[in-house]
Amino acid sequence: MTSRPDGSPAEAAAAATAVDAYPRIVAALIRVIGDWTLAEDCAQEALALALQRWPVNGVPDNPGGWLMTVARNRAIDTLRRASVERRKLRELAVFALTTEDGGAPASQAEDTIVDDRLRLIFTCCHPALSMEARVALTLRTICAVPTADIARVFLVSESTMTRRLTRAKAKIAGAGIPYRVPTGRALAERLPGVLAVLYLLFTRGYTAGGEPAFAEEAIRLARLLRLLMPREPEVAGLLALFLFHHSRRDARRDAEGNLLSLAKQDRSLWDHAAIADGLDILAGLGQDGPYALQAHIAARHATAESASGTDWPAIARCYDRLARLQPTPVVELNRAVAHGYAYGPATGLDLLARARSGGALDDYPLAVAAEADLTARDGDHARAASLFRRAATAVHSEPERRALLDRADEEDDKHAANGSH
Amino acid sequence: MKYMMFVCTDTEPDTDKENVPDIDVWVEENDAKGRRLQGMALAPTSTATTVRVRNGELLVSDGPFAETQEVIVGFDLLECADLDEAIEVARAHPMAREGRLELRPFADFEQ
Repeated sequence: MTSRPDGSPAEAAAAATAVDAYPRIVAALIRVIGDWTLAEDCAQEALALALQRWPVNGVPDNPGGWLMTVARNRAIDTLRRASVERRKLRELAVFALTTEDGGAPASQAEDTIVDDRLRLIFTCCHPALSMEARVALTLRTICAVPTADIARVFLVSESTMTRRLTRAKAKIAGAGIPYRVPTGRALAERLPGVLAVLYLLFTRGYTAGGEPAFAEEAIRLARLLRLLMPREPEVAGLLALFLFHHSRRDARRDAEGNLLSLAKQDRSLWDHAAIADGLDILAGLGQDGPYALQAHIAARHATAESASGTDWPAIARCYDRLARLQPTPVVELNRAVAHGYAYGPATGLDLLARARSGGALDDYPLAVAAEADLTARDGDHARAASLFRRAATAVHSEPERRALLDRADEEDDKHAANGSH
Repeated sequence: MKYMMFVCTDTEPDTDKENVPDIDVWVEENDAKGRRLQGMALAPTSTATTVRVRNGELLVSDGPFAETQEVIVGFDLLECADLDEAIEVARAHPMAREGRLELRPFADFEQ
């Protein structure tokens, strides 16, 4: 986490323990107090105190219980000062007694506690909140990311982000958004929205100007969600997908910061522990949902010894299924590329032409880049070079532009070499 | 919790015309469960009159206060446990398919 101390290993370990315990504390407090801001303030104060004391005094035997006790005492003090009605104070006092050990009320089963964190995730990701509010609220409330860090990624000032978070919490209270995990049909309808928030959070870790730590937060949340919803294959699929993408974080750029395609990455730089973790999660997982399918595709890339040794026919089959579930132009584009590698560039160009026929990919530079790549492998180097240059004029980021221009030069060289024979 | 549910038209209604719920069944069911306290359909906006007072002067004009494609054609006053229940009540209304519904809680001046 960017604004937390990251000095000694003891500090780092203390911070990791505290941050892991945090969602449970804030989730339980929200349930008992019903006041998001107060719950969050108290949990934040407890977290700050832990980060200050634990590196010096050592992490307590029961970190969750320690945090819960501090946070709950703060809440009782505040409510007393505000002379809140006796009922709420009594509830909190009873809650305090039962949470003295383990951070878990002794009388309650473990899954009630698990429910608390799940409740918090589903409430933060409620569709009645704007997508941006969902991402920001998830980062702030569940991951305890400082508001300033969230503001930076959304390109707004800290005070603007504070106002947005306040407005989102006011909507939760004012509109009656329940603090509850939906059941039955509603659960199936709402889960994709929760996963979309996590996905957006993950990609925010990679976009230009993004916060790399957000990708780690997304992985942490996906792990938590998988622990809480072990029977949802799409949750496992999303986590595996994150791990495969994240495993390439150190290989994505060359020394000058240029983006490298999969084919050009040094595969020894991939995080093989993360890949093994992803494969473990993916084992036995079907290919029924969009995230599971994308994870299976990413797994084929992650386990290939080289770009040319990739099992492209398997990837092409996954894209066929994905295109049936999500017939979007971008999926069709990737499907065309996969078929191009599996069954020859002519097949790819044919599918690409069909994907672009609706005009939906007209302003999409990656479609031009894909056509350039397929054309190059089809042997028309002069045309490929001009297509790569066309794609380069349309991309927004400088590293992408440079990578495309390099490809164009390579194709020019090949064209010249062919011509001289 | 009380919600005002505004029933509105929409320029892009659902193209799926199968199994559109029956409004009488919807009213009967939600009345019976105590989730619909009252509700009315409104006469067309051509019958609307807008009233303002500015500097002590009464200004009366023809038509609704905002000329838009989507107009409010009715309302239902709901009593629901929370927003999720109100959303479930709203989704079963025929105008969720043919138009759109807006759920608005009432202001709480006690807070």
